[in-house]
Amino acid sequence: MTDSAVLSADDVAEGRNRRSRRRLLNLVIDGVLLVFSLLMLLPLVFLVSNAFKTPAELLSWPPTIIPANPTVSNFSAVIADTPLLVWIGNSLLFAILSAIAILITSAIAGYILAKFRYRTLTVVFMIILATAIVPFEVYMIPLYLEAQSLKILNTTWGLLLGYLVMSFGIFLIRQNVAHSIPDELLEAARIDGAGELWIFWRIVLPLLRGALGALFVLAFFQAWTAFAWPIIVATKRESYTIEVGLALFQTGFTVDLGRLSAASALVLIPSFTVFVLLRRNFVQGVASTGLKE
Amino acid sequence: MLRKKRWFFAILTLLPVLAIFAAVRLYPIGETLRLSLHKWDILSRNKPFIGLANFQELMGDRLFQEALLNTTIIAFGVLLITIPLALVLAALIHYRVGSRLGPFFETAIFLPHVVSLVPAAMAWKYIFDARLGPLNAFLSLFGVPAQSWLFDPRLALFCVIVLCSWQALGYAVLIYLVGFKSLPVSLYEAAKLDGASGPQSFWFLSVPMLKPITLYVSVVTLVSGFNVYAQAFVLASDAQGAPGRQVRVLVLDMLENSFRNYRVGYAASEAVVLLLIVLLFTAIQFSLLRERGRA
Repeated sequence: MTDSAVLSADDVAEGRNRRSRRRLLNLVIDGVLLVFSLLMLLPLVFLVSNAFKTPAELLSWPPTIIPANPTVSNFSAVIADTPLLVWIGNSLLFAILSAIAILITSAIAGYILAKFRYRTLTVVFMIILATAIVPFEVYMIPLYLEAQSLKILNTTWGLLLGYLVMSFGIFLIRQNVAHSIPDELLEAARIDGAGELWIFWRIVLPLLRGALGALFVLAFFQAWTAFAWPIIVATKRESYTIEVGLALFQTGFTVDLGRLSAASALVLIPSFTVFVLLRRNFVQGVASTGLKE
Repeated sequence: MLRKKRWFFAILTLLPVLAIFAAVRLYPIGETLRLSLHKWDILSRNKPFIGLANFQELMGDRLFQEALLNTTIIAFGVLLITIPLALVLAALIHYRVGSRLGPFFETAIFLPHVVSLVPAAMAWKYIFDARLGPLNAFLSLFGVPAQSWLFDPRLALFCVIVLCSWQALGYAVLIYLVGFKSLPVSLYEAAKLDGASGPQSFWFLSVPMLKPITLYVSVVTLVSGFNVYAQAFVLASDAQGAPGRQVRVLVLDMLENSFRNYRVGYAASEAVVLLLIVLLFTAIQFSLLRERGRA
């Protein structure tokens, strides 16, 4: 007891030494991570800063990080030159409708596949899981032909056709229902005379709020950042999504960097906002994609 | 009676969802497989069955070979950059879990994964710009002459890899962080008592125990690497401004065949090749996981 309570001067010195070495190590690690994080952000910082630069400053060498004479003329010019706001509107509508559709289809299918155990449904679930492996790019051309025969090319419905269901969403909700909603709860409600629809609406959905929130954000971003599908479905200037509009706008010869950056910076605003507001949901949703067995 | 009612409810609610699922997933996947075996051109009225002729033609198609090679280099390049970097970063972030800067690190590294593809590509296009870009400005500090990053086919390929890695990194770090949190703390304490240093327990404990996660992230990264399109489209326009020509990728070649050359059947056979590649990776992942399970 006394041995351990009374420390020799050497022990104290060594302890202090180790502690200070540890603190130094922590400082170094923080430093490394900080530099790396800033490097990761640097391209976006340049993008936003270029949006506020005057044409003269954009051409100056070496490039500056903070604009000397910030101007918003790039923003007004790009909004006047291109239907940028229409494109953003198209994308927003597409992303929100797609997220809602995915939420509905995933909630229904996920719940039924988790709580109604029939052999047919097990097979159905296996098929859904198997298709989750197939990348969108593999079947988008037949899907395009489908949209063409439905005469919904260049419309929001055409865009939506590819983004109505999400195999992973069905899987996510099924796992959530299976783990977080006990059979007894549903049975108790049934004994009390509750109808199936009432149970789904009043018991199941409220309990799935967290998972549905994560799925909504995931689905929203999936549609918001979609590229290959919108570029083949929306081929008229006024039906472009923002990604397609920007990508084609930047191939033009006469476009200047300031306007391009301004347009890009505008597009980043919704992503940033949703991400900052719903960071928890988003991280949870993305992390759960890694948990599929 | 009650059971019948429940079965009825299940089918009735599930049926619309399954109908949609069949229409927008199963049917197009089946169609891709069917079209790949047909000479299915938009312009010709006859669309005869031609067996594997499309695939035979692919074997000798120079553009397809170029696209396949580029795409493979991109996918594996991204993998080689992303996985080791993500593992180390996640380990450092996990080690500094109490740090006040922790949330900032996570956000900064994850943000590129959320940002839309095209603005992100635009941001990098400026970085790599030969005349105005910060990269050349930075390199000139060390006396490195200006490179035309985006107009040299090899350098452009490298640029696409950098852009894709920048985007893929956040996801990998996030998944690794989840993995690190699930590792047993007691094991690390025991290692520490035995005198293991930080790097040692990282290399001999974390890396082997995170192998299933590494496997999973690798497959996800490879698969998304093989589907690369927007990044090359924006970043690698050729001197005439034709998008994506500098670095031809699989999806671009596929879309050109079906929408420029109107050869839908031929494009479908490329899609089938893409599918086979993805299936191969998934099969490898599952077989390695099973092996581990048995061991």
